[in-house]
Amino acid sequence: MLAQQLVNGVLLGATYALFALGFTLMFGVLRVINLTYGFYFSAGALVALWLARSLGWPVWAALPAAAVASGVLAVVLDWVLLTRLRRIQAPELSSLMVTLGGVLALYSALTSWLGPDIRRLPPEAISAEAFQVGDIRITAAQLLILAATAVLVGGLLLLMRGTRLGLAIRAMAEKPDAAQLMGINTGQAAALVSFISGCLAGAGGVLIGLNFNAIHPYMGEQMMLRGFVVIIVGGLGDIRGALLAGLALGVIEVLTAGFVSSSLKEAVAFLILVAVLWTRPSGLFGRAVMRRA
Amino acid sequence: MLRRTLLAAAAASLAATPAFAQASGPVQVGAVEILTGPNAAYGTAIRAGLELALEEVNEKGVLSGRKIALTVEDSAGNKDQAINAARKLIGRDKVVAIIGPTLSNEMFAAGPVANERKVPIIGTSTTAAGITDIGPYVFRTSLPESDVIPVTLARAKARGVKTIALMYANDDAFSKSGFDTMKAAAEKAGLTIVAIESFGSKDTDFSAQITKVRGLKPDAIGISALVEPVSGVLLQARQLGIGKETLFVGGNGSNSPKLGEIAGAAADGLLVGSPWFVGKDDPTNQAFVTKFKAKNGKEPDQFAAQAYDCMHILAAAIERAGAADSEKIKDALLQTKYSGVMGPFTFTPGRDPASTEGVVVLAMQGGKFGVAPQ
Repeated sequence: MLAQQLVNGVLLGATYALFALGFTLMFGVLRVINLTYGFYFSAGALVALWLARSLGWPVWAALPAAAVASGVLAVVLDWVLLTRLRRIQAPELSSLMVTLGGVLALYSALTSWLGPDIRRLPPEAISAEAFQVGDIRITAAQLLILAATAVLVGGLLLLMRGTRLGLAIRAMAEKPDAAQLMGINTGQAAALVSFISGCLAGAGGVLIGLNFNAIHPYMGEQMMLRGFVVIIVGGLGDIRGALLAGLALGVIEVLTAGFVSSSLKEAVAFLILVAVLWTRPSGLFGRAVMRRA
Repeated sequence: MLRRTLLAAAAASLAATPAFAQASGPVQVGAVEILTGPNAAYGTAIRAGLELALEEVNEKGVLSGRKIALTVEDSAGNKDQAINAARKLIGRDKVVAIIGPTLSNEMFAAGPVANERKVPIIGTSTTAAGITDIGPYVFRTSLPESDVIPVTLARAKARGVKTIALMYANDDAFSKSGFDTMKAAAEKAGLTIVAIESFGSKDTDFSAQITKVRGLKPDAIGISALVEPVSGVLLQARQLGIGKETLFVGGNGSNSPKLGEIAGAAADGLLVGSPWFVGKDDPTNQAFVTKFKAKNGKEPDQFAAQAYDCMHILAAAIERAGAADSEKIKDALLQTKYSGVMGPFTFTPGRDPASTEGVVVLAMQGGKFGVAPQ
């Protein structure tokens, strides 16, 4: 049972990490507490659902299309909601409230348009059969999540550390004004970061929707609490930190539920969060966080 | 003290004036249901049931031809919002009675408000224990789970179940009370409870709890939760290798066609007791189902059926009361003798439904509920 529980924990943790990747990027680089992030996650899943159900697209085609759609949505919403606040250099709380208001309006609009029902991708989209290795069972959707998380983490690290674009983004994260003086088009870079974050959210929505079979307008909202924990414990803007914090949260929740009591799983997980932040207020790897993006 | 009396007098005269003015207008009835948010499916089904019954009632009207005007307020599944909605309906819309709210949680919040203002409030979907203990103005037309679950468990036992694991959502009054009922009924039926596992009603991952239960190999797994988490539990249970040899037994929340839509074949075999069934073969029910489909383009669920009956029960009580007066309507409700889509209906003196005659045990097969084979 321990082996299966560890697998369960890693899988759950991978979904947390997958959700948090774009969130930490958006948070760490743009320095905006942008609560619309969960909406891109819902939007990605719903777009893929529509492509698969109404147009009969296979999942491998619907996934990237939904990710791009979410990315575009993120750029547009960021522009609509935050351009003015950035120009007048409004305090962080204003952007928090503006994005909170915006995202609540968006969720309500989406719910009144599509209804609140839980939907799922067509069962034939991916095999529900589990692979069995010894006592451990794992499904294709779960393997896909593990693979996608690994690939996306690798890809993001490569982008940030190995390309000029990544350098520009990191420069911007550290000192936006200086970056601009050095000839970086910060507006463009910010839009690009929004786009990448939106894509990641959308892809996460599709994969997690595929695994849990619970796609609905508020699915992103329900991930936000865990998302916050992961990016704060992992360190804002820290991609590796988000991966490790996500995995740790998943494993701790599952082991608590499996071996202590299922009604304590959140209490234990969040107590550990408090303890981590007491000892390391800027996250697990708590150095100057922005630099690590 | 004087000040308070004056205030009360002023409030009373304010309250009396519009009521007087409306003596020939429509009779105002309110409903508080979840119309937005993750649980809106229940509220919208209820609203559809209420509106269908309302059309039928208003063909003739009540109190010599007056129409009933229904105002449906959204509670969004939120206790505070349910309280505000009840206050608004009573204070601004001057309703004579309130139908709802959707969840037991919300009734525990909004029920006392209506009770204090002496306005009857009738739950159509609130099945938790203790609802009608709130006060003499709180009614419900939904059979409490404590009446339905023993019927279901008796059927499971007849199929040879001896050990059972229980799973429930621990953050929702409805699911928790269903679990308490299920636990008590299982003990009473002589079943051995091998494990008790909980989860959050909005969780999507249940793998840890299922893995633990799997290791204990119970004959049956009882689940008390709303349909979304139940579907998730079933899907993941099949993925983790719990097969058809384990009988799933659901509480009231599992009793929704959505279970088949979301969980598909994973839900096959699940047993659930229901106060109502869409395929129930009696003329009143079939007429309701046909009309509902024609109006809403989909089959009614239990929540719509319960709401449909409740609106008829309330309209008949208003008629018997002889006036659009909350106090008289409360007394008239207690005299209810009605036969609707749920079967014969009367209230107990404690304002709960009196009969369990209508309970049908259903089984999932191929994504649809049918009457369970013995």
